Amino acid sequence: MGKIEWAMWANEQALASGLILLTGGIVGVAGQFRGWPFAAYAVAAGVFVCLLEYPRSKRAKGTSVERTGQYCFTVCVKSFGPVTRNYYVRAFLHAAICVPGGFMLATVLGCVCLGIASLIYLAAAIRGEHWEPILPQKETTRKTDAVSVRNPPEMPPPRPPPEVRRKRVDDLEGAAYENPIPVSDK
Amino acid sequence: MGNFAANEGLSVFVILVWLGINAFLFVHFYMAFLVERWFYTRVLLGHALSWARAPAACLNFNCMLILLPVCRNLLSFLRGTIQCCSRTAARQLDRNLTFHKLVAYMIAFHTAVHIGAHLFNFEFFMDAQLDRNSSLLPFILSEIGTGDNASFLNPIRTNETNPTIVMFTTIAGVTGVVITLALILIITSSMEVIRRSYFEVFWYTHHLFVIFFIGLVFHGYGRIVRGQTATSLMTNRPEVCADQFEDWGNNGSDCAVPEFAGNPPMTWKWVVGPMILYVCERLVRLYRSHQKVVITKVVMHPSKTLELQMKRKGFHMEVGQYVFIQCPSVSRLEWHPFTLTSAPEEDYFSAHIRIVGDWTQALYEACGGDKTEPQEAWKLPKLAIDGPFGTASEDVFRYEVVMLVGAGIGVTPFASILKSVWYKRIQNNQDVFTKKIYFYWLCPETQAFEWFADLLQSLEGQMAEKGVTDFLSYNIYLTRWKETEAAHFRVHHEAENDPITGLKQKTLYGKPNWDNEFTNIASKHPGTKVGVFLCGPPQLGKSLEKQSLSHTEGDVKFIFNKENF
Repeated sequence: MGKIEWAMWANEQALASGLILLTGGIVGVAGQFRGWPFAAYAVAAGVFVCLLEYPRSKRAKGTSVERTGQYCFTVCVKSFGPVTRNYYVRAFLHAAICVPGGFMLATVLGCVCLGIASLIYLAAAIRGEHWEPILPQKETTRKTDAVSVRNPPEMPPPRPPPEVRRKRVDDLEGAAYENPIPVSDK
Repeated sequence: MGNFAANEGLSVFVILVWLGINAFLFVHFYMAFLVERWFYTRVLLGHALSWARAPAACLNFNCMLILLPVCRNLLSFLRGTIQCCSRTAARQLDRNLTFHKLVAYMIAFHTAVHIGAHLFNFEFFMDAQLDRNSSLLPFILSEIGTGDNASFLNPIRTNETNPTIVMFTTIAGVTGVVITLALILIITSSMEVIRRSYFEVFWYTHHLFVIFFIGLVFHGYGRIVRGQTATSLMTNRPEVCADQFEDWGNNGSDCAVPEFAGNPPMTWKWVVGPMILYVCERLVRLYRSHQKVVITKVVMHPSKTLELQMKRKGFHMEVGQYVFIQCPSVSRLEWHPFTLTSAPEEDYFSAHIRIVGDWTQALYEACGGDKTEPQEAWKLPKLAIDGPFGTASEDVFRYEVVMLVGAGIGVTPFASILKSVWYKRIQNNQDVFTKKIYFYWLCPETQAFEWFADLLQSLEGQMAEKGVTDFLSYNIYLTRWKETEAAHFRVHHEAENDPITGLKQKTLYGKPNWDNEFTNIASKHPGTKVGVFLCGPPQLGKSLEKQSLSHTEGDVKFIFNKENF
């Protein structure tokens, strides 16, 4: 379990919690349950958590897969700088947000789930993880190869004309061919 | 269209039947709570009662189903029995994980509906206790059973509480919360991102299903969904007595005070069978893990690939199958799947393992990969094997002419097939139906070639020896290269052997022109059925499928086989 980035799981859990909080809140408000103000709060809190958690962070190791259409959310979340970057802040924020959900049955589940997400974020923060935006220009370079391979070449490497290309293993001297195209090491 | 029906028909049918059963159960149990017995319950709850009970029935059904697709050994046994009758049916069993996920989504959906309905139920029950007005039927109904605590209807017995407290003080409530939390944690850790990158989290969290099932079985023990008892229905018929609720039990009234009782818990009847089957499955896996597996050879290939050659008593495989490997010294709980790269004709079985994560890295070190001198045999780690699983790719041998296309690491199952065809044709001198194989390997980098290139090299050598050079025609395509490499190719194209693979067949650059390839093959083999097999990305699959369809004209038929591996 050494290389796990807890934040990835915390993110999934928090997003799910946001949705559950939102759904519980909608049910509470629509059914006009007792304590529906808490449900209304849960709707707002759920939406906020979803917006905050939708953009996935860039992974410290390996390729990051972003969620569909997350770029605009990434920009918004990035603009808050250290507040959204730091996972301690997120852990305490989620812990604080989830508390009012515990006062009403419809939102209790969302509250507990968000609490769990908060704990996982705390674990991530203790391990020194932080949120990094996935930005488009950084997406194309892959750091996995030692030497970066740029766009695949469109044309095959140039070869001498067919007559010369025929195998003439017996006459290697005569088969030598002056390559008109310079070979460079870019 | 014919291709689609052949490839997908049975899957679609199975899904439709499953959805049909879900729909039937939902509607049936919805209607079951609209009868007279539940009249008074519905006075309190309205249709929310049915909306809660219907998904509950579907949940029973789906929780029964969810354990079955992951009983690998049971499926393997079934597959062996079915194989003789219908290969298509056998292939269905390979889609077990897809079905497991579908059922899981259905469980999540029904859980949401069930919880939503129960939120309303709790609210209505609470309302009935709070409006303490004797001229209201709900209140009168709630007051029943206050003395003896046996024949009550409303599980909320007092007005000095709130739904949240009630939930945490009833068996149904507590188990409900616990199992829903377990379900949510299981689902979030099973997301593809987590599963692919941090398998351990997925695997360990998934074991919360044990808590899920225990909670599920005890969920109904409180019997809090209560309907009128049969004896009570005789003394108090709702259609007559409902309006006279103020006179119940009074002298001169035809209506006695109704009595209520809960249904006995039903869930255990649905899930006990699969639970027992799953326990047996785990016991089988445990037994298998104690069967001795001997590593006969460890080969370190340059491209961070570890080859393990193993033997186990009584092990029998078919081409294209996979096994689960466990290494207790690395991790006692993890089993990882690997395609078998050896042919059934060999006296050992082998797997090529790419070193990509924690477990594979640890396995590599345990096998002495990071040491320079060879390991002593007794120092090699103990292994356990479960399997083999997967439909045998025997379909390959049904065709006279075969096109095998593998992309990158997707070439692994073909190693087994090529070797097996070779053994059958040459060594055993069997009359193999397959007369010609066209093999295409698309690779983005040269490093991945090494171990497979070795195999091709040895096949090439053996074919030259036997003078059977036209049996296998292979084409390797390098889809990406660097400037420096390109220079090297230019200089060495005259050499006898290919500068990258060392094979006599030269490596080709770029992507294959499928149109040309298909046309070529069609012209060389008129009047035959050509099987096209792919192990690679779906876009490639789509383009091959299109090509197969468009080139199937006249007497040549190209039959595209999807997802055999």
